[in-house]
Amino acid sequence: MIITQKKPIEEVMAMVGDAKTVAIVGCNSCATACQTGGQPQIDELTKVLEAAGKKVVATTICDYCCMNLGVKSKMKAINAANPDVVVCMSCGDGVQCVAKNANNKPVYPSNNTMYLGEAVRFGVWEESCRFCGQCVLGSTGAICPITQCAKSLVNGPCGGQKNGKCEVNPENPCAWIKIYERLNATGELDKLSKTREDKGYGDFAYPRTISLRGK
Amino acid sequence: MSILKEALESGKFGVTAEMAPPKGYDFAEQMEAAEVLKGKVHAVNVTDMQSACLKATGLGLCIKLKQAGVEPILQMTGRDRNRMALMGDALAAAGFGIDTMLALTGDHPVVGDCRDSKPVYDLDSVGILKMLTKMEETGCDCGGNEIAGGAPKFYKGASVTPLYDPMFLQVNKLRQKVEAGAMYIQTQGIFDLDVLKRFLEEVDKAGIKTHIMAGIIPLKGAGGAKYMNENVPGIAVPQEMIDKLAAAAAEGKEKGIKGLPAKLGMEMAAEMIAKIKDEKLCDGVHVMAIGAEKNVPTILDLAGVSV
Ligand code: SF4
Ligand code: SF4
Repeated sequence: MIITQKKPIEEVMAMVGDAKTVAIVGCNSCATACQTGGQPQIDELTKVLEAAGKKVVATTICDYCCMNLGVKSKMKAINAANPDVVVCMSCGDGVQCVAKNANNKPVYPSNNTMYLGEAVRFGVWEESCRFCGQCVLGSTGAICPITQCAKSLVNGPCGGQKNGKCEVNPENPCAWIKIYERLNATGELDKLSKTREDKGYGDFAYPRTISLRGK
Repeated sequence: MSILKEALESGKFGVTAEMAPPKGYDFAEQMEAAEVLKGKVHAVNVTDMQSACLKATGLGLCIKLKQAGVEPILQMTGRDRNRMALMGDALAAAGFGIDTMLALTGDHPVVGDCRDSKPVYDLDSVGILKMLTKMEETGCDCGGNEIAGGAPKFYKGASVTPLYDPMFLQVNKLRQKVEAGAMYIQTQGIFDLDVLKRFLEEVDKAGIKTHIMAGIIPLKGAGGAKYMNENVPGIAVPQEMIDKLAAAAAEGKEKGIKGLPAKLGMEMAAEMIAKIKDEKLCDGVHVMAIGAEKNVPTILDLAGVSV
């Protein structure tokens, strides 16, 4: 899921500025799981805004703030309340989608969008994929070298590991040792013998659009 | 033709030293060292912001060395330069007659002194070597466009860390580097010949054929050796050596003689070089004196090595 972190409340309040009425949009998906955009966080923000003399005129939670059709219908009630500004408590994608449907009212993010990660246990999320667009997991023991190696090395390790830990952050294991161990365990060490074809970045100029509907 | 290539391929014992550009724009110290090294080594590696600490660009010092009559080896890392910048540097280097290079991954900016710098890593060491090899083979740049006047040729090198667990990963990557076009390999500093021998056995077993130059770091004292053991990956100075250095320091203090540990460090380095040469373990040595380049000729003399 997309991992988000709350911005410092001062930063959110500075964006809201002297607006008098505010609407809040939460997200029932990743941001709820990350405890950054679910009902408890909406309630919490409401209290802070009200303590600062603002009026919270409407709140809603979209199933997914990143799905335009659902957001469009949820935003009807928000727009009907005619707030001065909207605070969106989702990832950056959700904020942009909500803004498209906010009748030209300013929409501000309450979160920082961090990465695509895995909830390894309750309240702990590890970064796991950097959307490289050409997944190599099939030859790396389903451990992502792009993300888990601090240099995104695809042909094996640098010389920098010390006692199996990464030179960049000694709290992290060296991804390539993990890859080696997994491939050793699955009997696939031969997958490391071939240098990976360099695909380059030519096809990754952003923003990109993927459509199943043809051009 | 690359002087290092000539030496290694004609079966001579290759000798290289290493130098860092200044953190500034006064190259006087480097040029003094160059005068001392001239004629004593085949070539001198110029580091590419080693340890991710900002220095003048290596190409600058390479040009200065070349003009002073010392063969430079341009170290290239993928940390700060994407493929265009690397290839542009290669062309500029060739324009100054620089024909020997060494590819490295590069230490990450967060471990250096400009930690907000964006890490690039468009290409890793294998990728850099492959790109240059392809350039030479096709006469084209990294976008497949013809290079005016044809592509320059480089004697390409890479590095390896013999003390590495699991060894499989280092040997596997070494093989990829050689397949990608590396023609000589310099190792991380060696302090224990058994470590080197074990590594060379693995290289042999893997059927990798290349010229390997053993990395030699002259120790300056017990403190520095301990520091390297704790902080520099792939380095393990045996306790016995550290004890001897400490004893030399104590002796110096007692007798009021300065520099005994450094002198001993040079002797130990020389002994290591002589053994490597006499036992024909490697095709050469790469001496990393880390700021004390002017000592390199003395060490080579002690080892009985000349170019
Ligand atoms: S290789 Fe890693 S970054 Fe690329 S798509 Fe697969 S998991 Fe994501
Ligand atoms: S130590 Fe391992 S994980 Fe860290 S940058 Fe080097 S290869 Fe990648």
